[in-house]
Amino acid sequence: MRALNQRAADIAVWLLLLGMPYWLDSVGGYTSLGSRILVLALAATSLNFLLGFTGVLSFGHAAYFGLGVYGVGLTIKYLVPSTLAGMAVGVVAGTIAAAIIGALIVRLRGIYFAMVTIAFGQVFYFIAYRWNSVTGGDDGLSGWQRQPIDLGFTTVDILGNDKAFYYLVLVSFAVAVAIMAALLRSPFGRTLLAIRENERRARFLGIPVDSHIWLSWVISCLFVSLAGTLYALLNNFADPHDLRWDQSGDFVIMAVLGGMRTFWGPLIGAAIFVVLQDYISSETANWMSFIGLFFVLVVLFFPRGVLGLIQRRSAP
Amino acid sequence: MSLLEVANVSRHFGSLIAVRNVSMSVEAGELRAVIGPNGAGKTTFFNLISGFLTPTSGRIRFDNQDITHLLPARRVWRGVARTFQVTEVFPELSVRENLRIAAETAAGYRLRPWISRVADAEISARVTDLSDMGGLSDKENRPVGELSHGDQRATEIMMALALRPRLLLLDEPTAGMGDQETFDITQLIRQLHRDHKLSIVLIEHDMRVVFHLADRIMVLAEGAMLAEGTPDEIAANEAVQAAYLGEAA
Repeated sequence: MRALNQRAADIAVWLLLLGMPYWLDSVGGYTSLGSRILVLALAATSLNFLLGFTGVLSFGHAAYFGLGVYGVGLTIKYLVPSTLAGMAVGVVAGTIAAAIIGALIVRLRGIYFAMVTIAFGQVFYFIAYRWNSVTGGDDGLSGWQRQPIDLGFTTVDILGNDKAFYYLVLVSFAVAVAIMAALLRSPFGRTLLAIRENERRARFLGIPVDSHIWLSWVISCLFVSLAGTLYALLNNFADPHDLRWDQSGDFVIMAVLGGMRTFWGPLIGAAIFVVLQDYISSETANWMSFIGLFFVLVVLFFPRGVLGLIQRRSAP
Repeated sequence: MSLLEVANVSRHFGSLIAVRNVSMSVEAGELRAVIGPNGAGKTTFFNLISGFLTPTSGRIRFDNQDITHLLPARRVWRGVARTFQVTEVFPELSVRENLRIAAETAAGYRLRPWISRVADAEISARVTDLSDMGGLSDKENRPVGELSHGDQRATEIMMALALRPRLLLLDEPTAGMGDQETFDITQLIRQLHRDHKLSIVLIEHDMRVVFHLADRIMVLAEGAMLAEGTPDEIAANEAVQAAYLGEAA
């Protein structure tokens, strides 16, 4: 029964996402708002792979998100005018950086791990912020835009057609999310749950905890840098604030808001975050304080997040 | 050659000497009990064998190989499994999931991003066996955190067993249990020892359990070995009686 409900929920989520460009207008949204939700949902879901399913809190995921952002921007601006090549560069850069930094910090736990992830994140932020001649510094990297994708038999105009770009984002999101979901149902994924639940027990079952956390971290950062590349393509712009620590905080807020013990929670959290931001920021510049208030209420009254609450209600 | 050979191990914590020059050898198939008053260093001694701590001095050999400085996970791979004084399980996961994680790790699948149908069926069958043996089959889909203390203990022991250990270390398996639960766990340990020929070292406070199960007993007091022998020899040992009476007074 429960498995059946889960499957029904999965199908409903995919149908809603597939049709989003067609129903979003009727509820007052617009297509690029939908793309934005999906991109940030991918980032939050990737973060949650580490946070919700391995039990490790990172406050520095914006660094790898930002490497994706600048990887795609710099590639298209300076190297080759190709969207896919840019995305590949962004993802590879983010993943390599994560693999190296992860190896340095994987022995740390809890607040110490979180603090060091912030510190490394700020290093990347300052590079982007200061290196004016390459990154554009505080003004960001502009003067480039996403390029039509040539599939051989046809060309997809993701630049002129918002819906086409939305479906590029959706395909990327679907592939990433399907891989993460499959991993979590595998023996490897179960070792991550084991580490989240009880690290000491995991260690004394013969699981080398540090190397499994490192793998989880690298996988999480790989997908967050993919989200970064899509985010840059969405905006046709790379902003140094995309890799600042408060961006990392936004990802954590989205995951916790939606429910970090649930797979779809971060998607819900990102949707709430982006929609609130979109509507409130047109009324007041202090939109973040409203999101903050909402976040505090959710954490106080529904510690398992919005989706965690719904699941508990519907449980037998 | 003994299965486990502990030679003159000591462990210092600053100026405190928790374990002082203790030696022990356990034969394959033996059930050894380690007893002693509170603070005698029993758990520290266990932690040295399982790799939770490394000794300040001394050597530990398992199956003829030096494991003194090996990481815990590597000792598990060689066949040393343990349970803890305070039960350590995965509370939000079901009994089956707890057992499955242990069984998959033992089968060498811990890094696999997928599992074949055949392998999955084998693991499932193994989990069912373990769950039956631990008397857990009627609650195997419930989160372990919701079960009684005795059932959590049984889950923990079956997880250790899922690793197919050659040496099982049990730290106070009946701590905090009622009479019926103590009886059930004792029966289970006895079955593992008698029927499955498993080598076991256990720390225990309940003397009924110790004298019922153990082939040999080692007594620790104030970090050092006070006596070692068969249950009858230990029962008759005056130094042991004095140590326990001293604690009671």
